[in-house]
Amino acid sequence: MLADLLEFNFLRQTFLTGLLIGIIAPLLGTFIVVRRLSLIADALSHVTLAGIAFGLFIEKKFSFTLLPPIYSGLVFSVVGSIFIEKLRHVYKAYQEIAIPIILSGGVGLSVIFIALADGFNTELMNFLFGSASAVSKTDFYTILTISIFVVVIIFLFYKELFTLSFDEEHAKVSGIHAKQIHLLFIILTALVIAASIQIVGVLLVSALMTLPVAASMRIAKGFKQMMFLSILFGEIAVIIGLISGYYLNIPPGGTIVVVSIIILLLSIGYKRIFVTKTKVGATV
Amino acid sequence: MNKESPIISLKNIEYTYEKKTVLKNVNFDLTKGSFVGLLGPNGGGKTTLIKIILGMLSPMKGSLTLFNKPAESFKDWNKIGFVSQKSNSFNKGFPATVFEVVSAGLTSKIGYFKFFNKKDKQKVLDAIKSVNMSEYTYENIGNLSGGQQQRVFIARALVSEPELLILDEPTVGIDYENVHRFYELLHELNKYKGITLLLVTHDTGTMTKYATDIVCLNKTLHFHGKPDEFESLTEKEMSTFYGHPVNIVTHDH
Ligand SMILES: Nc1ncnc2c1ncn2[C@@H]1O[C@H](COP(=O)(O)OP(=O)(O)OP(=O)(O)O)[C@@H](O)[C@H]1O
Ligand SMILES: [Mg+2]
Repeated sequence: MLADLLEFNFLRQTFLTGLLIGIIAPLLGTFIVVRRLSLIADALSHVTLAGIAFGLFIEKKFSFTLLPPIYSGLVFSVVGSIFIEKLRHVYKAYQEIAIPIILSGGVGLSVIFIALADGFNTELMNFLFGSASAVSKTDFYTILTISIFVVVIIFLFYKELFTLSFDEEHAKVSGIHAKQIHLLFIILTALVIAASIQIVGVLLVSALMTLPVAASMRIAKGFKQMMFLSILFGEIAVIIGLISGYYLNIPPGGTIVVVSIIILLLSIGYKRIFVTKTKVGATV
Repeated sequence: MNKESPIISLKNIEYTYEKKTVLKNVNFDLTKGSFVGLLGPNGGGKTTLIKIILGMLSPMKGSLTLFNKPAESFKDWNKIGFVSQKSNSFNKGFPATVFEVVSAGLTSKIGYFKFFNKKDKQKVLDAIKSVNMSEYTYENIGNLSGGQQQRVFIARALVSEPELLILDEPTVGIDYENVHRFYELLHELNKYKGITLLLVTHDTGTMTKYATDIVCLNKTLHFHGKPDEFESLTEKEMSTFYGHPVNIVTHDH
């Protein structure tokens, strides 16, 4: 079955793209979850949708491709991330208000561009729920570049990101450039979201960033272990989700998320059984 | 650097939260190598003063010099270690081991684009040992008791071998044996490693035993002198800055 899947060139690209986002989405997700920024990921994915809808609209109306939609999505997402930071600064005491502002702004713009582009079509549907067949060679190379960039930056700034995530006050006092590191982090998030959308879709991208982390959080000892477990769970979800989605003819966004939820439930069950066992052991 | 020149110098510091003036005319020099106990009533402005020293707040009036540099141009923050009054406000569910948390104390010192090496690892293990937490090294911090967590935060401040260590009520929630051990540790750091200490506490008795200087703050400085001078203050003098009568509890160790 796996060999079948790898035979077709275009599918191989989809599969490899899936493997890439199975790494980068949970990798960034680890930091997003511990910093309680999951909703920012959601807001940014809707801004990305606006960017994609804008790209599709330009394509339809002027019948020329300014940029493939993934690029306009990318641009919107990064600009949106910077905008969120600005808003969080303006509303210092109510930082979370930045999220509904950006999220509704993203949805509003999306609706407008979709309507202007004469409504819904399959391409847009692919972006909403993900697609197992749509990754072109250029898209693949774009996503590969983003993935390498994200992994290298996380590797370089791991200790600063960890220190900042664990205790922001301590990080600032010890002289870490909290604001700049945070901005870098938000931009990485925007890049990962734009890269993941082809496979999992706008509506479910934040799920791939958070569900594997939620599962590993319950059983991991320490932050690094949680990071690696999250990536492992993310990869399992992507591989099973993509293959089953392909054979059942279901958008992979749905199957990937369902597999992630099963993993999450298993980890909760594992912890239950494990904890009960040690309790029994203690009383013997 | 001249041994006598103060490593922190505060001149005429004034600080106001919205309309409430919390600090006024605070003048204070912290001498290198001293162990200063900062005392004062609740709301006396101790935490505020420390936040000003650490650059978390900027004073409305006055000037601040850190290691002979005006605070605005001071960059060597890793020379200063800090244990905050509310270290326990971090996210309890955060899955980080004691080892990882203490390592964070070295992040700034190691610097950007450089990596944690074997020597750093040893420093982290030593710091954990110094607060008597070695058996929990690879335990998640969220699974520890409040007092144990506080000891981990003390280790995080110690690991970077700061020249100045500022501690805001670090022993709250720590049991008697470990408080004692902790003061002994501070005493050693001060005496043998020459680390300057600024410690906020309400534990007056212990402080007079270990500190080289005592400072009393209630909006402004009411006393700055040696522990024995502090102990010989009359009750009347004492109550002027506490705003109410006080008893000094003396500990016999
Ligand atoms: N963020 C804030 N906004 C407004 N007022 C504040 C704020 N923080 C502190 N204050 C006020 O400033 C005064 C000094 O507070 P501070 O925390 O510096 O006191 P403290 O000496 O550290 O007290 P404690 O012994 O209770 O820790 C208090 O009256 C407090 O109400
Ligand atoms: Mg205080």
